[in-house]
Amino acid sequence: MALVVPKESYSGKIYEVQLGSGAKTVTIGGANALPFLGFEGTFPHKPAVALEVMDIAPEDWPETVKKAVSGASASPVQWAKFCQEQGADMVALRLIGTHPDQKNRSAEDAAKTAAEVAAAVDIPLVILGSGHVEKDTQVLQAVAAAVRGKNCAIGKAVEENYKTVAAAAMANDHKLIAMSQLDVNLAKQLNILLSQMGFAKERIIMDPMSSALGYGMEYTYSVMERIRQAALLQNDPMMQTPIICDIGLNVWKVKETIAPDAEMPEWGGLADRALAWEAITASGMLTAGADMLIMRHPGAMAKAKELIADLM
Amino acid sequence: MALSGVEIFKYLPKTNCKKCGHPTCLAFAMKLAAKQASLDACPDASADAKKVLGEAAAPPIRDITIGAGDKAVKVGGEICLFRHEKKFFNPCAFAVSIKSSEAGDAAAKKIEMVKTSEIDRVGQKLRVDAIAVTDDGGDAAKFASVVKQVVDGAPGVPVILVSANPAVIEAGIAHCADKKPLICGATADNADAMAKIAKEKKASLVVSAAGLEALEALSDKVKAMGVEDLVLDSGARKAKDMIEQYTIIRRAAIKKNFKPLGFPIISFAERGDSLSEAMAAAIGVMKYASIIVVNSVEKWKMLALLSLRQNIYTDPQVPMQVKQDIYKIGEATDKSPLMITTNFSLSYFIVRGEVENSKVPSWIAVMDNEGLSVLTAWAAGKFTASKIATFIQESGVEKSVTTKELIIPGYVAVLSGALEEKLPGWKITVGPREANQIPTFLKGRA
Repeated sequence: MALVVPKESYSGKIYEVQLGSGAKTVTIGGANALPFLGFEGTFPHKPAVALEVMDIAPEDWPETVKKAVSGASASPVQWAKFCQEQGADMVALRLIGTHPDQKNRSAEDAAKTAAEVAAAVDIPLVILGSGHVEKDTQVLQAVAAAVRGKNCAIGKAVEENYKTVAAAAMANDHKLIAMSQLDVNLAKQLNILLSQMGFAKERIIMDPMSSALGYGMEYTYSVMERIRQAALLQNDPMMQTPIICDIGLNVWKVKETIAPDAEMPEWGGLADRALAWEAITASGMLTAGADMLIMRHPGAMAKAKELIADLM
Repeated sequence: MALSGVEIFKYLPKTNCKKCGHPTCLAFAMKLAAKQASLDACPDASADAKKVLGEAAAPPIRDITIGAGDKAVKVGGEICLFRHEKKFFNPCAFAVSIKSSEAGDAAAKKIEMVKTSEIDRVGQKLRVDAIAVTDDGGDAAKFASVVKQVVDGAPGVPVILVSANPAVIEAGIAHCADKKPLICGATADNADAMAKIAKEKKASLVVSAAGLEALEALSDKVKAMGVEDLVLDSGARKAKDMIEQYTIIRRAAIKKNFKPLGFPIISFAERGDSLSEAMAAAIGVMKYASIIVVNSVEKWKMLALLSLRQNIYTDPQVPMQVKQDIYKIGEATDKSPLMITTNFSLSYFIVRGEVENSKVPSWIAVMDNEGLSVLTAWAAGKFTASKIATFIQESGVEKSVTTKELIIPGYVAVLSGALEEKLPGWKITVGPREANQIPTFLKGRA
């Protein structure tokens, strides 16, 4: 009995989305087979990794990751340059300082920061609001205009504010990150709503809502596997947008990345443990089909990039 | 190949005697097809039926047990390619490699790490599952001495014997012949000798070949020699080859019922750098490896890998549950706010994360609702005023929180009146509907 390699016949393909302007653009997507199955499909672009930068100092971050960026994190511009030097494919600027519970920075201030960061690096830029539904609409409108021409990924558009955020991205020729809450149908629904308002689905990057290793990662993992199957095997055009996973945000608030050695001796040393937590979470998201990751620790990013090279 | 219910029905007695507990033979056949019943339940099944249905019911991937006693591990037996299709059943085993050249102190150190590797995670006890004694110089006596050191030092821990030299395996297995070791293994060059040892010692056997065609041929050959418990090593070491070859093996076994590849996979994830090794091992955990061999098992690394394995092998139909308890977040005192939620792990993780974000020390009362989320539990009548009141009273939380104020999820605001009646002396406060509003809510009270 001779083995006939059982290949899937895929009818769909992930859209290719280009980010950035000038010489250092990055394209993600384009796959026409399930993740890394090179024997039955092609993967024109490797998954990209963005390092995260914030508009305020990372006072809330756990020691391990705070230390890793401490030389640069006092200023968003320095921090972004540092990310580029560390080999990040992109910089992800999170405007957390605009949140009313944080510094409540104004939309104008945020726009100024975004423009400065955009001018400081030549790799593509991801710009994220603070996650405050109402405030993000003002902030992202101002920001999108301030970085017009830079072909950024702007987000996150959610069910409650997608119209305004998408309009801002559309008016200024940016790509859009659309986040839904850990559900295949909600992810599709948001892409449909965006298409109905005239936002081209080929310009959307889908965020299925990430979670950290040990804290619900299996939900994200299976939602992503199902999205990818719908996109490729059932040729569902509303599922064929590339996927982004915002993992640093989730990883660097769980106990495994915070608890000191003395508190949890059975967990091993904090520095190694915390780094591994972000790196292994990244491996999970990549295996499930992530086209793009947002990470916080440069060391964990380096490991994720090493794994991507090993997988391609 | 799996049979349909109607095909199975043809082999049943068609007496509708109900002895199997089902109203008709057809209903029973449907249950058999769905693998929700066993043919053993039919007292009148013919020998013919047992043979045909037994073959059809054999799992597409054989399950194999390595080791003996309460630390033995069962791997394989999987029936799907994606965990959302059903679930992954038998968690992959992690084995640490101890080389012949590490005999003595280095081996002793690794043995000690294996013995102290157990951690408790969401109610499960997890640990390094096995030790792979690995020949790295062809010295049979040295290899045997490490096997003895392992068997004496870590009693009961399943052993994998790794050498391409049958004489070395013979020497090693002498110390663990009664412990169902896994021999690794048979290659095209040594298959006859290795199969002979495996048969004699009733051990399971890895068949190793470079590439799937060679692997298939060797698997057939060894099986024909009478060794049934096989494990596959396709030679994949690079992550790309692991994910591709393991996918082909799993697909061939499950979708094509291709018997030569219907066995568990062993993956050698060894890398020079420990975190790189962990990431290669992670690929194995997610994509179909059943035994994963690593060079080192530091606590931080095993915590991450065992957590990943637990995530991947969790039953997607059964929500992960957190233990019912009163959880202290930060330096909570008797004046800190007390919130209640259900024991669906995601509900708890999200609520806990937001409470931690708020930096307001608090208490979270987690009530056992069989892992349902707040609204589902409420709708199912498992998160009612009287049940919450009983839980709060029996929990003894009154001793640690003297304010006697309970914050309930905004979605069940409707319960507040009834709760105040059932919990005399308590003040019930309606909290936010969504967890992401918790920081604002808590800070607003401070």
